[in-house]
Amino acid sequence: MKHMTRKATRHISQNEGLIFEKSSPGKAAWKLPALDVPEVDTAKLLGKQEREDLGDMPEVSEIEIIRHFTRLSTWNYAIDLGMYPLGSCTMKYNPRVNEFVARVEGLANGHPYQAEKISQGALRIMKTLSDCLLEITGMDAITLQPAAGAQGELTGLLMVRAYHEAQGNARKKVLIPDSAHGTNPATAATVGYAVENLKSNERGMVDVAALAAQMNEDVAALMVTNPNTLGVFEQEIHKIAELMHAKGGLLYMDGANMNALVAKTRPGDFGVDVMHLNLHKTFSTPHGGGGPGSGPVAVKKILEPFLPTPVVITKPDGTLAFEYNRPQSVGRVRAFYGNFGMFIRALAYIFANGPEGLRQTTEDAVLNANYIRKGLEGVYDLPYSTPSMHEVVFSDKLQSKQGVKTMDLAKRLIDYGFHPYTTAFPLIVPGALMIEPTESEPKEELDLFIEAMKSIAEEVEDDPQYVLDAPHHARITRLDETAAARKPVLRWKREV
Amino acid sequence: MSYPNDRKYTKEHEWITADGSIGITNHAQDSLGDIVFVELPKPGAEITSGKTFGTVESVKAVSDLYAPVSGTVTAANDALATAPEQVNKDPHGVWMIKIQLKDPSELNALLSAADYEKFVSEEAGH
Amino acid sequence: MRYLPKSPADRAAMLQAIGIRSVDDLFSPIPAEYRLSRDLAIPRQMAESEIVEWFKQRGKENGEGFASFLGAGAYSHYRPVVIDALVQRGEFLTAYTPYQAEFAQGTLQAIFEFQTMIAELTGMDLANASMYDGSTGAAEAVMMAVRITGRHSAVIARNLHPEYREVLNTYATHQAIPQKLIPFTASGQIDLKQLDQAVDDSTACVLIQSPNFFGTIEDVEAIAGIAHKRGALLIVSIAEAASLGIVEPPRCADIVAMEAQSFGVPLGFGGPYCGVLATKEKFVRQMPGRLAGQTVDKNGKRGFVLTLATREQHIRREKATSNICTNQALVALMVNIFMTVYGKIGLRELAKQNLAKTAYAVEQFGKHAKVLFAGAPRFNEFVVETSEDPYAINSRLLGHKIIGGLPLKKFYPELGHAALWCCTELTTRSMIDTAVGLVAESERSVLSKDAEPEEVAR
Repeated sequence: MKHMTRKATRHISQNEGLIFEKSSPGKAAWKLPALDVPEVDTAKLLGKQEREDLGDMPEVSEIEIIRHFTRLSTWNYAIDLGMYPLGSCTMKYNPRVNEFVARVEGLANGHPYQAEKISQGALRIMKTLSDCLLEITGMDAITLQPAAGAQGELTGLLMVRAYHEAQGNARKKVLIPDSAHGTNPATAATVGYAVENLKSNERGMVDVAALAAQMNEDVAALMVTNPNTLGVFEQEIHKIAELMHAKGGLLYMDGANMNALVAKTRPGDFGVDVMHLNLHKTFSTPHGGGGPGSGPVAVKKILEPFLPTPVVITKPDGTLAFEYNRPQSVGRVRAFYGNFGMFIRALAYIFANGPEGLRQTTEDAVLNANYIRKGLEGVYDLPYSTPSMHEVVFSDKLQSKQGVKTMDLAKRLIDYGFHPYTTAFPLIVPGALMIEPTESEPKEELDLFIEAMKSIAEEVEDDPQYVLDAPHHARITRLDETAAARKPVLRWKREV
Repeated sequence: MSYPNDRKYTKEHEWITADGSIGITNHAQDSLGDIVFVELPKPGAEITSGKTFGTVESVKAVSDLYAPVSGTVTAANDALATAPEQVNKDPHGVWMIKIQLKDPSELNALLSAADYEKFVSEEAGH
Repeated sequence: MRYLPKSPADRAAMLQAIGIRSVDDLFSPIPAEYRLSRDLAIPRQMAESEIVEWFKQRGKENGEGFASFLGAGAYSHYRPVVIDALVQRGEFLTAYTPYQAEFAQGTLQAIFEFQTMIAELTGMDLANASMYDGSTGAAEAVMMAVRITGRHSAVIARNLHPEYREVLNTYATHQAIPQKLIPFTASGQIDLKQLDQAVDDSTACVLIQSPNFFGTIEDVEAIAGIAHKRGALLIVSIAEAASLGIVEPPRCADIVAMEAQSFGVPLGFGGPYCGVLATKEKFVRQMPGRLAGQTVDKNGKRGFVLTLATREQHIRREKATSNICTNQALVALMVNIFMTVYGKIGLRELAKQNLAKTAYAVEQFGKHAKVLFAGAPRFNEFVVETSEDPYAINSRLLGHKIIGGLPLKKFYPELGHAALWCCTELTTRSMIDTAVGLVAESERSVLSKDAEPEEVAR
């Protein structure tokens, strides 16, 4: 037995097969109400379009379903179990009242096409959330429609393009720092812009001199993440904005790391023209194993005409309505109005915090990251000594001398009862360990994490192979990703 | 693994034989790791010297394949669709595409085995 | 603040450990002139009880307690309570995307089962882990077809959900994908002759919806024949997933772009929903979105991982198949549980009840008003044309706590006074009878007005 951990202990977990392996004819978990209209002859109604057989769909009882999914759930790590320090993911507490109010009857059952007269509740939620987000960002106008951060980026860049087209020149390219998230270049390409990389300087920030040299009338926008993916605030952000604006370009801010800024500074004040927010990061809506997200886009006045349709407006009589007649709009990016259920949750979070709660939240998030930085400095290599905001990026430089890489350290962290940090990102740090604790961690949990990371660093020196073979105590050992990719098995099939 | 003298090499780590067979070098397959997929052009496609003609994928990376010379594809190695690991096992024996060279003199501009080996060792030194 | 787990003493100890005096020091990288020195002007901090009360009030202002005949891409089906009981387990709710497979087998296995059931139901070889919704899924399917075929234009059915078409237009704007719209016939189905003329060697795909926006089921085989003979792909969008319980799936399609909201996802005023793409095995590498695959660990034990990740933005960056990053995992889990609850037999019986309610409603409405697009099979939606503007009829229905059908004029001006109605297993006979009664009343009053001599009418 290697180093012990105070955080976690090994315990029994139930085995569970695929649901299809439990199925057998005649079992059922459903019962339909008695039919109050005449039965129909389906063959007569549908003719050759009638489906006779649903193939290998399961037949199981209710208790089996409850046990199946409960057992599966116990194989997951979750914020509810402990610290989830994924960098740039902002894995904060997902308040339960958010889930409760999202299920209030009129809201959960509201149909998107019901008359506006009986949709005032939903419209009020959208309007109130919009107002709060505008105040938080310091921007002038907003759309809540984008379904996630990446779609927010798409919406923002479509608006950038529409703006430039309205000026008579769509321009050709978008500048993106080398530290950017992968969605940034993918989005720019979708909107038909060429991507030009911008190198970071030795402090991990946008190189303003390089930007000045690269900026010209072909550049539509610069996409920056601020704080950037190193957790570093772009200290010359206002100069960057001025540089962009002087040549007619726009400044796009990826708001993925907004948790470092809320109530402390406002992007609209430091020159950002367009930005998206991730309600599932900064505003506590649950990640849910990979979604749903929600990616509102806030803009300055000059971009307002291009917002997707519809937008929420207040009518002279004080009631709210959707406005569709917007000739310069980039169009629709999603059916209906966006991930409304996430708006409810984000607004409930803002209500629970109020101005002082949001400020304290940001301060605690930054405090936590710096506490970890202090605790692990020297144990792990810190490639950039620039001050950290809400996350800190180390590298595996010291451990890789023993042949142990960031992913190996991450897998060993699982044995200590923590979810791994983000590995191998940002790309500008070889072997990165990107750690974002969020404000939701008490000091005790942070101390356990620091202790675990130190202990792993010692193990690397004593017995690197043991770390390379991690995890040892998870349900399964490392999975063969090569085999999965070479001969993909993407669904269950009945053995014949 | 040594680099055979019967062919020419590129700085993008492809090799080409005089009769127009193209593959990737041992150095390339080694730095990519386990190859899981190879995407190749269909016979009849035109490829242009220095431009991409396909991709090789490992689990977590994608690399472009660059044409050493210009020409017309006469055959693609379909076996790689189901057995991409062959490239890892025998990089210099497994060709990816065969082409009809547009201008065989283009081969002269490419690296010899010795030059390539030197290039790779210098690149590793950085 | 009740979500923050620190005492003032904890904060002081941490500041001391870091070696700074005040937390303000940590914000010194922000230029002083941009630091916010005031409170945000947002609502004050509220107690949990106040928050609950505020949202309950909003619920009351949002059609609470109304019975609805609305469908049109968002369907009201019963949601078994086990769905919320399970998706609210913190291990599902508060987990991230399962990139660290060893610590996320629950989510991964659930996705694998979801992919299997969607493939089985749609008649495709395989499916992805989900897309944002049906509209973006359809747009992504078109771009996927462009990549597969190397062709650039798309042929789109005009009876595809109008908002799906709008989303496609937005996505296609800068991808140079010219579109041709194909009209519908008197049966509400796509015009096959016009389709045949529209598809040519530049067509990457034909995109249709079945059941289409008017609820009628398309002759998918005939459409596939037209697309395939010219080398174009067929994409079938399915907005009403419940139809798959009794309607033959589009097995001859190349891509199915589905909205799975009907399967256990609340209407929620339009989202979050659950798009999903399903396709043939040979196209998998051009499919966007996350995919869970089966593999083994070092000891040969079965496990699941996210696979074929090289298609995605975080590796391929500007060359990715799509910029999509998140999926709708938790909503897909609702769908998954719903499909598991109803299963092989239940989904068919459920669909049958939808058919029965709809057939009854069509018959009753047909006695007093014109039901359009007869002559083709339909699932659970139908179009009723009234003499009076349906907005006026709907206004009176609201007085009876009933939400009438969707007036179609906004999307199809030529359909004038037609509205799209939907019945599901939740629609009761008395709801139908009340609605039919009001429509009949409206028809009678319009007719009697028409019959009156002009001077009397004044």
